[in-house]
Amino acid sequence: MLAPFGFFYLVFLIGPLLYLLVAGFFNTSLVKGGLGEWVGLENYRRAMSTEEFWTSLWHSMWFTVLTTVPLVLLALVLALLTDRFSQGRWFFRLAFFAPFVLPSSVISLMFMWIFADQIGLAQSWAKSLGSETPPSWLGDPDWAMLSIAAATVWWTIGFNFVIYLAALQEIPRDVHEAAALDGAGPWQRIRHVVVPMLGRATTLVTVLQLVASLKVFDQIYMMTGGGPDRATEPALLYVYNTGFTEGRVGYASTVSLVLFVVILLISLVWFALLRRTEKEG
Amino acid sequence: MAASTSASADTGTGTGTGATTGPVGRPGVRGLGGGRGPKGLRGGGPWRRSREPEGAPLSGAMRAVGAERLFNRVALGVLIALAVLWLVPLAWAFATSVRSSDEIATDPTAWWSGSPTFAAYGDLLTGGKLPYWYANSFITSALTTVLTVLTASLAAFALSRLRFRYRRPAFLLLLAGLMVPPQVLMIPQFLALQETGLLNTYWAVVLPQVPNVVAVFVFKQFFDGIPEELTEAARADGAGWLRTYWQIVMPLSKPAISAVTIFVFVWAWNNFLWPLLVVTDPEMMTLPVGLTSVQDAFGIPQAQLMASAVLGGVPLLTVFLLFQRRIVEGIAGTGLK
Repeated sequence: MLAPFGFFYLVFLIGPLLYLLVAGFFNTSLVKGGLGEWVGLENYRRAMSTEEFWTSLWHSMWFTVLTTVPLVLLALVLALLTDRFSQGRWFFRLAFFAPFVLPSSVISLMFMWIFADQIGLAQSWAKSLGSETPPSWLGDPDWAMLSIAAATVWWTIGFNFVIYLAALQEIPRDVHEAAALDGAGPWQRIRHVVVPMLGRATTLVTVLQLVASLKVFDQIYMMTGGGPDRATEPALLYVYNTGFTEGRVGYASTVSLVLFVVILLISLVWFALLRRTEKEG
Repeated sequence: MAASTSASADTGTGTGTGATTGPVGRPGVRGLGGGRGPKGLRGGGPWRRSREPEGAPLSGAMRAVGAERLFNRVALGVLIALAVLWLVPLAWAFATSVRSSDEIATDPTAWWSGSPTFAAYGDLLTGGKLPYWYANSFITSALTTVLTVLTASLAAFALSRLRFRYRRPAFLLLLAGLMVPPQVLMIPQFLALQETGLLNTYWAVVLPQVPNVVAVFVFKQFFDGIPEELTEAARADGAGWLRTYWQIVMPLSKPAISAVTIFVFVWAWNNFLWPLLVVTDPEMMTLPVGLTSVQDAFGIPQAQLMASAVLGGVPLLTVFLLFQRRIVEGIAGTGLK
C-alpha cells in the first residue's frame, strides 16, 4: 500500500536528489545528454569563485530579510488588532487573506502596472506625497528588490495573519480578564501577557517564512527577470539561467545543492528551536 | 471548557453557595477549587484570590475603561486603513480593466471610467488562449489532486495501521522529504521527464507534484485518531487491508480528504516554476504560465493585461469564498501540530 506513493517519491524526490549529488561532480550538459566527464570538485570551486553565484545567494537572503521582517511583525500587529473585534473580523480576514490565494503571475501583472514608469499608481502616489521625481520602482537597481518585496508582503501576509489569529484564539479569555482586573492597560496586556504566549506561533511563522522566501523565484522572474543588470537575480533564478538557458547542468546541480543545504540548515534550526519551546511550555 | 471547570470547582466545594455567587465567586470558595483547575491558568484562581474587588479605586477603573475605548478606536482606524490599502491593487486592476485605451492614455491613474466597457474581457475570452489555459489548469490540478489524495492516503494508512518490517525507516525517509524543497530539484526532474518524452503533456505537469509528503502526514494524523477497534472489527470479519482502507477508514475521513483536496488543488493551480519548465506549447500552458506570455507580448492594451489578471484571479478567489472557513482552519491547523 506504500508502493504507489513510494514510487512517485523515489522517482521524483529521492532520485533527483541523488542525481544532484552525482551530477555536481560532472560537467553534465543539457544538449549533449548523459553525465559527461568527471570533473571532481571543479563545479564547487567554480561556484565559489564566481561572483554571480554569491550575489544571487545574497539576493535571496536580502529578499528574505526584506520580506520576513514585515511579514512576521505586520502579521502579528494585524492579528492583535483584529483579535479585539469579533464583529467585522470576516472583512479583515477577507482583505488580508484573499491575495494569498492568487497565482504569482496575477500578482506580477498587477504590480507591474502599479510600479510602471510614468503611468503607474505608485509613482503618482509618490508625487502626491511630494517626491518630484519618483524612482523607477522596478527599473532602478536600488529600488527593484524593495518593490518586489513590498508586492510579496501584500501577497502573502494573509497566511501568517491567519496562523497568528488562530494562536490568539487559543488564549483563554480569562487571561485577558485577569490582566485587565489587575489594572493592565491594553498595550501592557499585549506586550506582557499576549505576545509572550505567542512564542510557538512566532517560531512557526518565522521559519516557514524564511524557507519560503529563500525559494523566491516566480515574482522576480516575471517582474524584473532578475534585472536590472542582475540586481534582483535570486539563487533559484541563477540555477534556472545556468541550467536551462546556458545548459550547464552539472554546474547548476552544484548550485541547487548548495541552496538546498542552506534551506536545510534553517529547517534544522527550526526543529531545534521548536523542541526547546516545547520543553519550556 | 473554562466555564465547565469553574462550575465543577464550585459544586465541588459542597457549600451550595458557589452556584448563587455566580462566575466571580467568593475568594475563599474559589481557593478550595483552584487547585483542581488545569495548570491554574483556566480557572483564573490565583489572581482573583490576590485582589480585593471592593478596595479598588473607582476612578482607576473608569480610566481603564477610557483607555480601552481609545485603544479600540485607534486599532479600528488603523485596521480599516490597512484593509482598504490591501484592497487597492485588486480594485485598481479591476478599474483599469473596464476602461478604454483612450481613457487610460489620457489619465492612466484615474479610478473611474466615464464609459465602462467589458470589451477587454470579451477579446480575451474569444480571441486569446485563455479558455485553453483554464481547461489545462483545471485538468492538471484535478489530476494532481486525485492522484495525491489516493497515493498519500494509502501510504498514510499503511504507516498508521500496518506493522511491516521497515516501517520506521520508511517513516523517517518520508520525514526527511519534508525538508526537500521541490524547486531545487527542477533540473533532474526536468531531465527525467525529457528522457521519457513526456514534455508538453499533462503528465509532465502532474506527475512530479504527486509525492506530497505533507498530505501523507495530514492523513496519517487523522487515521491515527480513528479507533483501532473499528479497523480490527473489519479485519475480524474477513476484510482485507485494502477493503478496510476503502470501506471503513476513507468514509470516516471526509474532513481530512476535503482539507487535502482543497490545498493540493490550490497548490497545483498556482504552481508556476514547474509548468513553466515542462510546457512550451501555448495551447498546453496552465493559466499562471499562460498569463506571463500575455505580459511578455508587446503592445497589449493595459485594459487587457488587467482583465487577464482579474480573470486569472477569479477561479481561486471563488474557491476561497466558497471554502473560506475550511481554508483558514486548515492553515490555522498547521500552527497546532
